Amino acid sequence: MDLSLLPDGGMRWLDAAGPKSTIVLSTRIRLARNVRGIPFSQRAKDSDRTAVVERVSEAAASTEHLASAVAFHLDQMDRTERQLLHERHLVSKELAGLERESRPRAGAALLVQDQVGVMVNEEDHLRLHGMWSGFDLEDAYAAVESVDAELGRLVPFAFHPEFGYLTSCPTNAGTGLRASVLIHLPGLVLTKEINKVLQGLSQVGLTFRGLYGEGSEVVGNFFQLSNQTTLGKTEDELIDHLGKIVRQVVEYEEQARDVLLRTAPEEVEDKTWRAYGLLKHARRLSFEETMNLLSGVRLGVGLNLLPGPGVYTLNKLLIYTQPAHLAAMDGRSTGDRELPTVRAAFVRRLLEAEPS
Amino acid sequence: MLCDNCKEREAIINLTQVEHDSKVTLHLCEQCAQQKGVETGGAVMKSPLGNFLGALGKGAALVPAGTDGVRCPACGSSLRDFRDTGRLGCDGCYVAFDAHLRDLLRRLHGSSQHVGERYEAPGEAGAEPDPRSRLLELKAQLRRAVEGEDFELAAELRDRIRVLE
Repeated sequence: MDLSLLPDGGMRWLDAAGPKSTIVLSTRIRLARNVRGIPFSQRAKDSDRTAVVERVSEAAASTEHLASAVAFHLDQMDRTERQLLHERHLVSKELAGLERESRPRAGAALLVQDQVGVMVNEEDHLRLHGMWSGFDLEDAYAAVESVDAELGRLVPFAFHPEFGYLTSCPTNAGTGLRASVLIHLPGLVLTKEINKVLQGLSQVGLTFRGLYGEGSEVVGNFFQLSNQTTLGKTEDELIDHLGKIVRQVVEYEEQARDVLLRTAPEEVEDKTWRAYGLLKHARRLSFEETMNLLSGVRLGVGLNLLPGPGVYTLNKLLIYTQPAHLAAMDGRSTGDRELPTVRAAFVRRLLEAEPS
Repeated sequence: MLCDNCKEREAIINLTQVEHDSKVTLHLCEQCAQQKGVETGGAVMKSPLGNFLGALGKGAALVPAGTDGVRCPACGSSLRDFRDTGRLGCDGCYVAFDAHLRDLLRRLHGSSQHVGERYEAPGEAGAEPDPRSRLLELKAQLRRAVEGEDFELAAELRDRIRVLE
């Protein structure tokens, strides 16, 4: 399967063209849907899953928004390719069969057109998702919603008048909507205000996770904030609420950065230049160290303490320094002990190409 | 995965704490988690949903005892399956186990009534769902609640029926 079939590699959001994109990297919308009358994925037989993927592909072909979608059949792809899609936030670890010794199950598929994708046979039969640059809940939701409406006219979704859209896990029932933003909060971490903010989130019905959603670690001061509940509120209410809180968090982050600049300008400047220097000259870099250094550089660029690199380059580095991307570029395996060397060489090359 | 603390038992709980500037996640077994003061809520914590409930500070039991044997006529899964996996078998489970799920959904979301986008499957009548069918459904639920001696739920259903009537 050739990933170059995807324009922008399926990651137009990297271009940092969206609102507030130095602090909010991306906005993601996900809708969970199931086909009526077919057992949910966990209980489905291989024949059920195949039926789902066939039905959805057929329907997609006659929609406007998915007519020219690229289809990836994960059960027919090798591990590095599947991991590439996961590193691009296009499929979950579970769907790609990347958990320990697991394999993708029959019928596991991804359809992608433009910025919207559909995971087929994940925990729910369909997981529609879209990722937008910067802080842009409205556009991301509108795009995913229109794909949902089109598919829902062709495939009967499981829906209950009281419980709403029915999902495999009751935590997603109702709207099936998970809205999230990937946000960079080094100011709050450095000023030690982050705990208060994170604790506050759970009190207003939101939750936070790491870079790759559920179960993933927080690295490089990147947090994913999203709604916790999906039922009892309208889609617009859920999105407005998240938007309101995120705007507040962005404000707190900006205030924290002001405090840093006022109280410790030299230290902050030194920190960001050191991060930049290490990225530009190190000979071996772990993924985690790279994330932390990128966080420092991103802060420096946001505060105009560093002349470059551009936010687009920083976003690209986040994705392309991950194991499968390095392995694919360099013809190695993802477990290769030389990956830190390969990673450092790649980072140097990309930064040297940047005007600074 | 083995417990980070005793390195003997299987870890079933991820305890995440923010210390200084960094987030630390410990993978703990039930016993070590309890020693660290985490309310585990017993077997509930073994399912993904249990973790969710635990995270909400509501480690209450998902499924009342004695109802394990009830099966969904559509897919054959039982409430015990749901308790073990945290996942339902099919859309029919929401009807078969509606009383339990209504209660659970309220604990999870604060409400069991969907107020978002209404959906009509292809081929269905284009009109709003008939309120009469809703009433009949509620009455059926009421009968089941009384049979199951769930009087709290029955009282609530009775109120809702009165509103509709």
